[in-house]
Amino acid sequence: MGKIIEVKDLTFHYPDQKEPLFDQLSLSIERGQWVAIIGHNGSGKSTLVRIIDGLLAPQAGTIFVDGMPVTPENIWQIREKIGMVFQNPDNQFVSADVEGDVAFGMENLGLDRDVMKYRVDQALRKVNMEDFKGHDPSRLSGGQKQRVAIAGVLTLRPDVIIFDEATSMLDPEGRQDIIKLMTKLHKKGYTLISITHNIDEAAMADRVCVIDDGKIAADSSPAEIFAQEKELIAMGLDVPYSERLKDELLHNGIEVPHEYLTEKGMVDWLCKLHSKN
Amino acid sequence: MNKLLLGRYIHADSFVHKLDARAKLFLSFYFIVIIFLCNNWQTYTLLGILTLVSVVCSKIKLKFFWDGIRPLVWLIIFTVVLQLFFSSGGHVYWQWGIFRITSLGIENAIYIFCRFVLIVCMSTLLTLTTPPLQIADGMEALMKPLKKVKVPVDEIALMLSIALRFVPTLMDETTKIMNAQRSRGVNFEEGSLWHRAKMLVPLLIPLFVSSFNRAEDLAIAMEARGYRGGSHRTKYRQQVWHRNDTLVMMLFAVVTGLLIYLRK
Repeated sequence: MGKIIEVKDLTFHYPDQKEPLFDQLSLSIERGQWVAIIGHNGSGKSTLVRIIDGLLAPQAGTIFVDGMPVTPENIWQIREKIGMVFQNPDNQFVSADVEGDVAFGMENLGLDRDVMKYRVDQALRKVNMEDFKGHDPSRLSGGQKQRVAIAGVLTLRPDVIIFDEATSMLDPEGRQDIIKLMTKLHKKGYTLISITHNIDEAAMADRVCVIDDGKIAADSSPAEIFAQEKELIAMGLDVPYSERLKDELLHNGIEVPHEYLTEKGMVDWLCKLHSKN
Repeated sequence: MNKLLLGRYIHADSFVHKLDARAKLFLSFYFIVIIFLCNNWQTYTLLGILTLVSVVCSKIKLKFFWDGIRPLVWLIIFTVVLQLFFSSGGHVYWQWGIFRITSLGIENAIYIFCRFVLIVCMSTLLTLTTPPLQIADGMEALMKPLKKVKVPVDEIALMLSIALRFVPTLMDETTKIMNAQRSRGVNFEEGSLWHRAKMLVPLLIPLFVSSFNRAEDLAIAMEARGYRGGSHRTKYRQQVWHRNDTLVMMLFAVVTGLLIYLRK
């Protein structure tokens, strides 16, 4: 195990804003952990992961990725360890064919063509897109585009994959698809950081960090976080459907379990409730 | 909208389709050069046959070549008429003020017409038989020598392929914005030319804004994937030079020799 990402006393200030966004923020992430970062728009979630990847430079504080400090000198090594998947599937495609896009990161590293061919096939297989190798990305669905983007990240063999609201622009089917793929990657041992507004996605994580106004407002397991429904609403998040249902049931005088239930857990519990009566 | 210059590729399994993009690109430019060697009917016939053979070998319907010529019809007519009425020399058939039709004028007008049609057919052949990405790769290969004079060839090639990749995306976006503006009562089809030009403003401004946003997103995504410019990058797509490519190059060399022999 051990820590893969360590953020210490981070201070970050956008030049056009009066107040610093982050003031002495600290956060560490264990290797192999799946961390969901949630919070309302403008709370600094995306800024935080961009600082970790060295895409933005903080005013103060240090960040270690796999024990290596993020500095302008070793920024390219850091980016080999961290893969990022962004929100808009259209705006991260570089090439007019799927395989060329998957290979883009490897071209940047100057890898041999044989290695690239092997890894492109391997990565496309992992995300179930091997049949779309020669396709034009503009003809793919949103979920398929994000899977190709994930394949592009996998070819670089990173330790950490950051999903920066990667499911927010997808239809429900595509979103479920990507969440499933994330679960698969998590099982394979990748460290995942997913920024999301989608509670179903956050519920799959090992740990949920709630960021509010540049501060970590809560940091705990999904079950504990989602039990505090009122606070979630105050932070402008969607409350999961199963929690809303629980609230309604409580109003109607039905005893409900206190801990968080996923949709499936809720269905199981409801079935049991019904058979008891 | 979909008949833009580079998006006209038509898939088929033909001799011309299988040629290397570098060969086709080079020969298309070379053809434009050698057509200026033509100065009599024998030489034009020779290049006419060459063009016809190339077109037949591509297994593409003639209609598509006509589509290539059609947008240029007015330019061709204008140039031909200019040649016809303003050339001097040879026998004068008809004269009115500064206008006159001479035997040399008629001859020149016919040659200019042939030159236009042949060049358009050949370049249409290139875009019809070569996917845009391969054209971009071909251009990169042909520009390589410019690296010696510090031209950023790799960056230009990447820009070109990104531009190609975003053509369909921006097309979709344009359609979307047009529909959005139509639903607010904007009419793009009717009215005077000036009115229609003005109607483009509510189309172009949102398109520009979103293009800038896309560009920024893409730049961040590229950087996150380790892009730092320069020439240490390797290439995933590869071009393969076949024997047929060499043969076609030789054919063009022979034609050039014949041209020099046949011209006056």
